Amino acid sequence: MASKRPEHLGPPELFYDETESQKYSSNSHIIAIQAEMTERAMELLALPEDNSALILDVGCGSGLSGEVVTDAGHMWIGMDISLPMLNVAVEREVSGDLILKDMGHGVPFKAGTFDGAISISALQWLCHANASDQNPRKRLLRFFQSLYASLARGARAVFQFYPENSDQSELITQQAVKAGFSGGLVIDFPNSSKAKKVFLVLMTGGPQQLPKGLSEESGSHHVANAGRRTFAMASRDKKGKPSKGSRAWIESKKERARKQGKDVKESSKYTGRKRRRL
Amino acid sequence: MKLLTHNFLSSKFLKGVTTGYPLLLVATQKEVKEHEFNADFVKRMLPKVDYTACRTAAESIGEAEGLPTEVGDMWEENEDFLRKLHRVLLEVEVTEGELQCPESGRKFPIKNGIPNMLANEDEVE
Repeated sequence: MASKRPEHLGPPELFYDETESQKYSSNSHIIAIQAEMTERAMELLALPEDNSALILDVGCGSGLSGEVVTDAGHMWIGMDISLPMLNVAVEREVSGDLILKDMGHGVPFKAGTFDGAISISALQWLCHANASDQNPRKRLLRFFQSLYASLARGARAVFQFYPENSDQSELITQQAVKAGFSGGLVIDFPNSSKAKKVFLVLMTGGPQQLPKGLSEESGSHHVANAGRRTFAMASRDKKGKPSKGSRAWIESKKERARKQGKDVKESSKYTGRKRRRL
Repeated sequence: MKLLTHNFLSSKFLKGVTTGYPLLLVATQKEVKEHEFNADFVKRMLPKVDYTACRTAAESIGEAEGLPTEVGDMWEENEDFLRKLHRVLLEVEVTEGELQCPESGRKFPIKNGIPNMLANEDEVE
């Protein structure tokens, strides 16, 4: 069981060596999952629309998450402790900028720099001491304090991570609150062992409401009509994505093609309708 | 490393350093990579960027040509200025060189375009 978690095997800068970095960055399954989680994290960041922002990517690795940020039209700066991972990112010519840094030593940026911060599958590494002089509690606090300072007022930080147990997520949340953040955990698909994803959403300044996690039932709350309820549920599959062939699915495909700069027909009232049988 | 990143970097995380800004920049190798010009982004960044530090850094690597000593009043409309700033902030990259903390003198090497900001546990607070 325990060996399934790479953070148990040793420090991240040694675990993600050349071979592991190459493996990680060329595995299409990992790439797809990372992209999906980054998209959700960006959604939770709730950046103002139509503005390109400056984003900090903590534990950016080979820049898999950064590519999603670039596609969304933002500029990013990534920090990671594994040099081989960052070298892979340079090889892949990511458009963000990279820094070799241990997040447990703090974020090395001046106050108010970033419009938001994301971190995909990195925070759990901070909960382990890999040397006798490392204290996870202190390192977490130091990280959150410096992160709080480096964010612009009103900005959010979203961390996707894999907590080992509830004590661990509690420790992380506790240290974040100590550093001045408000917020908490947003759990998508809490009842599914496979699709379950934990996001720590941290907010600076002013009381804000924590966004809701996605669940199997989301999107079908206020449908009064029984006939329509089945329709509404059918248009979304278990992961909350529109099911194949539905109008929402077609729209998302079109949006994607548009972003890639392809020539896409505008939708009409006939889009996604079944042909009438004569 | 882009100069935009340099403009935001600080060595304040070191023990005994109070501001740690701006870091002194030495480049032994640089590169100009094309980056899509986005006027809105440059406009949004300029108020955050310390222009004097940016110009000094650009000067130290010989890329300050055409950059005025001070930001004029009408900079938002001045596309020529925005393009020059865009070039300096986002296109010029230092691939080999070093950064130095202005207070403690601690050096951070830049290799393959990546500044190494690692420190020992006893160097940080």
